[in-house]
Amino acid sequence: MATPFREILKRKDFVVTAEVGPVKGSSVSKAIEHIELLKGKVDGLNVTDNQSSVMRYPSLGVCLLIKEHGGEPIFQMTCRDRNRLALQADLLFAYSRGVSNVLCLTGDSIDVGDHKEAKQVFDLDSVQLIHLVHTLNSGKDMAGNELDGAVDFCVGTTGTPSADPLEPQLIKLEKKVRAGVNFIQTQAVYEMDELKRFTEFVRSLDENVRVLAGVVPVIGAKMAAYMNENVPGVFIPQRIIDELGQAPKGTGVAKGIEIAARMIRQIREEKVCDGVHIMFIGREEKVPEILEAAGLA
Amino acid sequence: MIIAERKPIEEIRLMMAPYKKILVAGCGTCVTVCWVGGEKEVGILASELRLARGAEGRELVTLEATVDRQCEKEMLAELRDKISDVEAVVSLACGAGVQTMAELFEDKPVFPAVNTTFIGMPEGEGLWVEMCGACGDCFLDRTGGICPVVRCAKGLLNGPCGGTRRGGKCEIDAEKDCAWVLIYRRLERQGRLDLMREYRAPKNYRAVKRPGRVQAAKA
Amino acid sequence: MNGKIVAFCCENSAYPAADLAGKLGLHYSENLRIIRVPCAGRVDVIHILKALENGAAGVLVLGCEEGACRHITGNTRAKERVEYSSMLLREINLDGRVVAMFNLSPNAPHKFVKAVNDIGNITAEPGR
Repeated sequence: MATPFREILKRKDFVVTAEVGPVKGSSVSKAIEHIELLKGKVDGLNVTDNQSSVMRYPSLGVCLLIKEHGGEPIFQMTCRDRNRLALQADLLFAYSRGVSNVLCLTGDSIDVGDHKEAKQVFDLDSVQLIHLVHTLNSGKDMAGNELDGAVDFCVGTTGTPSADPLEPQLIKLEKKVRAGVNFIQTQAVYEMDELKRFTEFVRSLDENVRVLAGVVPVIGAKMAAYMNENVPGVFIPQRIIDELGQAPKGTGVAKGIEIAARMIRQIREEKVCDGVHIMFIGREEKVPEILEAAGLA
Repeated sequence: MIIAERKPIEEIRLMMAPYKKILVAGCGTCVTVCWVGGEKEVGILASELRLARGAEGRELVTLEATVDRQCEKEMLAELRDKISDVEAVVSLACGAGVQTMAELFEDKPVFPAVNTTFIGMPEGEGLWVEMCGACGDCFLDRTGGICPVVRCAKGLLNGPCGGTRRGGKCEIDAEKDCAWVLIYRRLERQGRLDLMREYRAPKNYRAVKRPGRVQAAKA
Repeated sequence: MNGKIVAFCCENSAYPAADLAGKLGLHYSENLRIIRVPCAGRVDVIHILKALENGAAGVLVLGCEEGACRHITGNTRAKERVEYSSMLLREINLDGRVVAMFNLSPNAPHKFVKAVNDIGNITAEPGR
């Protein structure tokens, strides 16, 4: 059985997490493949929740698979598709099955996804969801009723170090930290000074919060431009786009991995923050290469 | 005020297809102001429908009428004679007007010629923007007079989300401002950022139990 | 108005131009009905549509050259309304070209004649 993530956050110097993206369908074979590949190499495995508002097999489902296969799941929960009843119910179910790490997110808008006419729920936002988890942790539901069966979640959330304007994001980040989080996994970050500033801000509010830098390998100049335009909260700087553009044809993936590994090394050597969260959706099988190249294998 | 958009002419034409004599009814309040359903637009729509019908080699007789407010039964009463003379009504009023008309003249099919979209105001000539979501639980006092329920694309109470584009534009539409960046700037300007720093508990989405029904007290 | 071209003529430009064309003996279609207006801006969308409903084959709106409108923006507004009317016609699957705007000065009778003949050609196209 894997070490509980909460313990790792307390003890380990440099924490590494990765992500498994469920498929669109009831087939779990790919997910199991990725779980088997990564479970022993990282401290925790996130599972995305209808990521980019594209309907997929549920996060909780893959979290259960991770548990079954001896890994440590981090249950990503967005506020886009479920109201406060459904959110609480899912959390109770998750805990009852040994899934005790939850990442609280707002969620992408419906418009970026593939069911563009669906109703957006957003009954709660990410800050309210963090408060909700603590309410459940204290033995009550949101309506003040006593719970028959306690829960005790390790709570995480996200942040955007490269936001512009930054101030409004920091105000929200402060609300999140004051609500109580054990860890923060940032959106993709490419500039060290932005990451440094973000981490210092978090530590100034609560030095117990572990900050993991979001690492998203970019495999080509075109992909970078696409992400800048279409993926919310991601800003890839020109120098990286240039470096990718100069890479010989067919070496895009290798270049992306090289750049990512370089960043991870720098973060670790300079102790910029407490670890990394690697997101290589669709290419989960390449994550071990990144870990190797970064000296984390 | 209430903003609406004229439905595509093809949709309206299809609704009217079975009828030979119709009333085109406008409203003198909101839809007049937003250039969609006033007396002028009634005339143009009636003409469009007649021209289209004529091109099919068939006839369409249209009566035209615009009342001050279609959502008032007393004001609609003056249309009684015209209504009895037609087979159907196409109304350019907002949904409230169409339904009041349909309720008062229950024997006549009443069709909507506009899509009612939101409560808003003019940002420029002919450019309407949504301002209020009629949530029944107004907290504009705490957001510097900017409503995040409708002006934030996700309706967040503790925004912004992480998807704000560079420069403070919305994740969903690069043309639209992130409401929370607007709230930040407004409160900063007034030296009241402490309001944004306060945690907002989840909203009471049942403040108005729909369908809404309110009895005003007499003064 | 059956089959005629209806020409809304601004009294500061098109009307005197039409008059001059007549005096000079310039030839243009007789199938024309001239309506004198104080400014092209007086013409609204509904007038254009009703002219067509009443059987006109085409509608011309003639006003002063750009920048020369006595009422400053009358000719600009007329142009917008003509374009809007064109669009409305296309939306109901009719030919949007049967409505057109022309700008001219009072001493340009040839421009008047060209405008009338141009729209006459469009409306006379076979199979329309």
